[in-house]
Amino acid sequence: MMQATDAALSPAREFTSGFSRDRIALAAFAVLCVLLLAAIAAPLVTPQNPYDLAQLDILDSKLPPGAHSATGFTYWLGTDGQGRDMLSAILYGLRISLGVGVLSTIAALGLGLVVGLVAARAGGWLDALIMRIVDLQLSFPSILVALILLALTGQGVDKIIIALIVVQWAYYARTVRGTALVELRREYVDAAICAGYSGTRILFRHVLPNVLPPLIVVATVQVAHAIALEATLSFLGLGMPITSPSLGLLIANGYVHLLSGKYWISFFPGIALLVTIVAINLVGDRMRDVLNPRLK
Amino acid sequence: MQKTRLSLCSRTILLCIAPMFLCAYAGAAELRIGLSGEVTSLDPHYLAAQPNLTVARHVFESLTDVDPQTRLIPGLAESWRVLDATTWEFTLRRDVKFHDGSLLTAEDVAFSLQRPLSIKGSPGGFASYVRAIATTTVVDKRTLRVKTKYPYGALPEELNSILIVSKKAALKAGPEDFDSGRAMIGTGPYKFVRYQRGDRLQLARHDGWWGSRPAWDQVTLRVVTSDPSRTAALLAGDLDVIEHVPSADIKNLNKNNKLKVMQTTSWRTILLHLDQYRAQPPGVTDHNGKALAKNPFMDLRVRLAISKAIHRSAIADRVMEGLAVPAANIVSPGVFGYNAELKAEPYDPEGAKRLLAEAGYPGGFNVTLAGPNNRYINDEQVLQTVAQLLTRVGIVTRVEAAPMSAYIGRARKGDTSFSLLGWGSFAADLALRSLVATPNAEKGYGTWNWGHYANPKVDALMEKAFASVDRTRREALAREANTLAMNDLAFIPLHHQIVSWAMRADLNYTPRTDEFTFAHHFVPR
Amino acid sequence: MLMFVLRRLGQSAVALFVMSLLVFAGVYAIGNPVDILINPQADQAEIAQTIARLGLDQPLWTQYWLFLQAALGGDLGNSYASSVPAITLILERMPATLELALTATLIAIALGIPLGLLAGLKPHSWVGRSIMAGSILGFSLPTFWVGLMLIMVFSVQLGWLPTTGRGTTVDLFGVPVSFLTWDGLRHLILPATNLALFQLSLLIRLTRAGTREALQQDYVRYARAKGVTEANVMRVHVLRNILIPVVTVAGLELGSLIAFAVVTETIFAWPGMGKLLIDSINVLDRPVIVAYLLVIVCLFIIINLLVDLLYTALDPRVRLKGAR
Repeated sequence: MMQATDAALSPAREFTSGFSRDRIALAAFAVLCVLLLAAIAAPLVTPQNPYDLAQLDILDSKLPPGAHSATGFTYWLGTDGQGRDMLSAILYGLRISLGVGVLSTIAALGLGLVVGLVAARAGGWLDALIMRIVDLQLSFPSILVALILLALTGQGVDKIIIALIVVQWAYYARTVRGTALVELRREYVDAAICAGYSGTRILFRHVLPNVLPPLIVVATVQVAHAIALEATLSFLGLGMPITSPSLGLLIANGYVHLLSGKYWISFFPGIALLVTIVAINLVGDRMRDVLNPRLK
Repeated sequence: MQKTRLSLCSRTILLCIAPMFLCAYAGAAELRIGLSGEVTSLDPHYLAAQPNLTVARHVFESLTDVDPQTRLIPGLAESWRVLDATTWEFTLRRDVKFHDGSLLTAEDVAFSLQRPLSIKGSPGGFASYVRAIATTTVVDKRTLRVKTKYPYGALPEELNSILIVSKKAALKAGPEDFDSGRAMIGTGPYKFVRYQRGDRLQLARHDGWWGSRPAWDQVTLRVVTSDPSRTAALLAGDLDVIEHVPSADIKNLNKNNKLKVMQTTSWRTILLHLDQYRAQPPGVTDHNGKALAKNPFMDLRVRLAISKAIHRSAIADRVMEGLAVPAANIVSPGVFGYNAELKAEPYDPEGAKRLLAEAGYPGGFNVTLAGPNNRYINDEQVLQTVAQLLTRVGIVTRVEAAPMSAYIGRARKGDTSFSLLGWGSFAADLALRSLVATPNAEKGYGTWNWGHYANPKVDALMEKAFASVDRTRREALAREANTLAMNDLAFIPLHHQIVSWAMRADLNYTPRTDEFTFAHHFVPR
Repeated sequence: MLMFVLRRLGQSAVALFVMSLLVFAGVYAIGNPVDILINPQADQAEIAQTIARLGLDQPLWTQYWLFLQAALGGDLGNSYASSVPAITLILERMPATLELALTATLIAIALGIPLGLLAGLKPHSWVGRSIMAGSILGFSLPTFWVGLMLIMVFSVQLGWLPTTGRGTTVDLFGVPVSFLTWDGLRHLILPATNLALFQLSLLIRLTRAGTREALQQDYVRYARAKGVTEANVMRVHVLRNILIPVVTVAGLELGSLIAFAVVTETIFAWPGMGKLLIDSINVLDRPVIVAYLLVIVCLFIIINLLVDLLYTALDPRVRLKGAR
């Protein structure tokens, strides 16, 4: 199946060269790197710590972009309803949104992948049990999951990540199982069985690579979805603590000002979110194309 | 087969559309109002929630009424007098007709005062308003005597909350009979037409109403709970009036010359309860997270420092965008027992720091401020700003905001020690009884006194006020109790909310302190 | 085949039981509805009486046992907030939500598959690229934000469509539907579009990925080599190959659309089940929340069953034996 175009290239080199052939994807990758760097280095580069209430001044609230504070500080992107510098808030918020989106998706994907593969391979009562749990989970509204977690454990980044994992894993499990069932009937699996490989090895070495590509499509979408879901939970008052807003919470907070012309409170975080998600997806798409053995 | 079904369909469509056109051509005056909360039941004695009451008060009326400033005025009773300390006599208005044409009698009133007690499945019924009543006696068709269990001056206020239904229609009716319209027979300015749960309620004018004729033949009350959507529906002309205009939109709507905003101070006061009963309240620590030697909130100097550290006018201006009046009273301006001489504590961070140092906390301490994020105007933002301001004087504040459903249980149980609450009341003594009186299950005092503030002097004054059936004397006592409690900072008053309506520019409304939206009070200009 | 369906239904009964237990405990953990719904003027004794009358003072397991007994007799309890049987409330709201979700799915499929095919056939053209870029918008922008934007543009600015609410309904076999009246249709367009966006984007991407993959498969090459017309290649080979993931996702997403139309229904004041759910969650109206979730689980079970059955129809390689 794997037809390396050039036997001399190592898989990593092959990946890099395959990836860099698409200029748009490369640009997206660069943007993503800058965003990641900015997010990681946020505490070092931002003029204000937006999560430290003592640094905010309510008298500077809702200032338009470019306004100056009483102390001569310039708010390049304006301030929010609490007098938070939007630029600082966006960088800090990016950190949380990216972290929440990526971590929860990876964890949910991993969990769903294992569960789905096991269900497909095992069949019988185990498969039935797993799939019914999946059905249950899929029908459990994310709001209720988040509200119960909030009531039991309080607010926090870790709780949001847990809520998002709980909400998402079943989705992957079901998709993986569906694809894996198809793959398990293919000839190469029969061949592997004849060759005497163990069930686990077949599952993870042979079936997994074939299940993964369609999943990456879903996953890159899903990172974005996780971020948007976090925004929606924040919108419903079930997301991040109000004093440490994510991008989603910034958008949700600024949302009420959309009709009033104070566009910057919701618009700039929205743009930041959009750019991030577009970059993630362009990179993800390209990665899938390059990784997909059948598209060579 | 296929063909017949199709034509059947199109005929149904025609049947449905035709009445719409007829209405439009008849030129009937219609008012479309956007309500902000879900109407859950039409039974006026089932659940005491503002949206339900808004609807019910179009169809039903009460013995006593309140004017837009919450001052008591006659309702279905044209007058009442006190016979002795525990006996009241109400005289009904002459010739008041129910929607089915029958006359209102004292029998209907006596029945309606009993009915709340017979509703069993309700999680929040109206029994509380009639708990002081011992007996009701029908003297004649227009006269009703009410005997209270103890001298109780607030009876007329309480009776404002009990709507009068027709005994004939409601005798065996449950809430479902009201939802279907069968029992929706009241004396009010509007008759029930149709109820689509979760969506809208349609009303038609009751031409036999005793009051001055409302301007609208038809009224549609639509439920649009999402704030920006409600504004958008008004902007697009789908609604003529909306209640509870989001603070962010007020400026813009005011600029729009096709629309206008009308507002007044609401009876709802936003306040912060402080734990004043436990040695170590949860969430209150020194800056290293260690418990403090004693409860700082018990010290008046600390409470005053907190009050001084809060920049009320900045909150009113910036966070509430003008939808708040800085508060120093337990009730809003103009409400029974309000003391105009109490002035909101001015912002004084230096004074706050000095007081904290005097009280033995020169560097401040840590607290957790809890509150809802979906109940009051910009509640979550207010919490955040208070935290910001307190942190600045050394009281490092963490905010814990949650939906009301998750918050209120914790606050009532005492899991929080610094908690935001909003309260609306007709009278200072009533508000004191719930918020400030020393908690006492037997007397029903202090049900919402989360901080367990206890001051025998306030309790005594308040009890005296309740026992006064003379209104002037009662108000003086209530005002005194209010002043005492506020000077001692039983809780930290933040602001009184301002309630607003936005409407077509050719309409007029007298804004109501009790926040009710009444179609019959809207008049075309 | 029949055995398969029967066994699945048996398992589903167990699922329903587990679900009711989970939700019951979950709502219990959040708080007590009386705390929120109680008349603020009630005194301590009245509060205690109210709680006792509703049986909320009992330990959790007693409450659950009582619920279970009633539920087996077909009574899921009355809503606290409106005193109407919970199941009545839900069934009353169901047509509105189903109508919204089905319309959204229809929009997503009608636009998603052709656009996805186009993007898959011409992945490097500007058409393909802009379709893909557009699809990113669909799932990255939060629903509430897009919803309000749609209202602002199409209702407030352009005045083409109504802002909120459900239009005139007519009874179709006893079910009130709004898509048969002009007014109803106009009210349906914006919320359905809002709800469809996420699924639309997902379908575009899945179809594109599936198409690109299928085009590389040997059977497509053979077909082309054999001289099968391009239209037939598309129809017989490509479409068939991409239908499995598309059906799975569309099926799964239909479930989530119904279940999670919460935000769209709130923004557009659409009187559906999602709006009911969020209102009920806000006041911890447990009978409604539990009944709602039981109804949704049933829906999911049915949808999943149909999806699995469709699998076999579409792809003979998947045998039901494996998909118990």
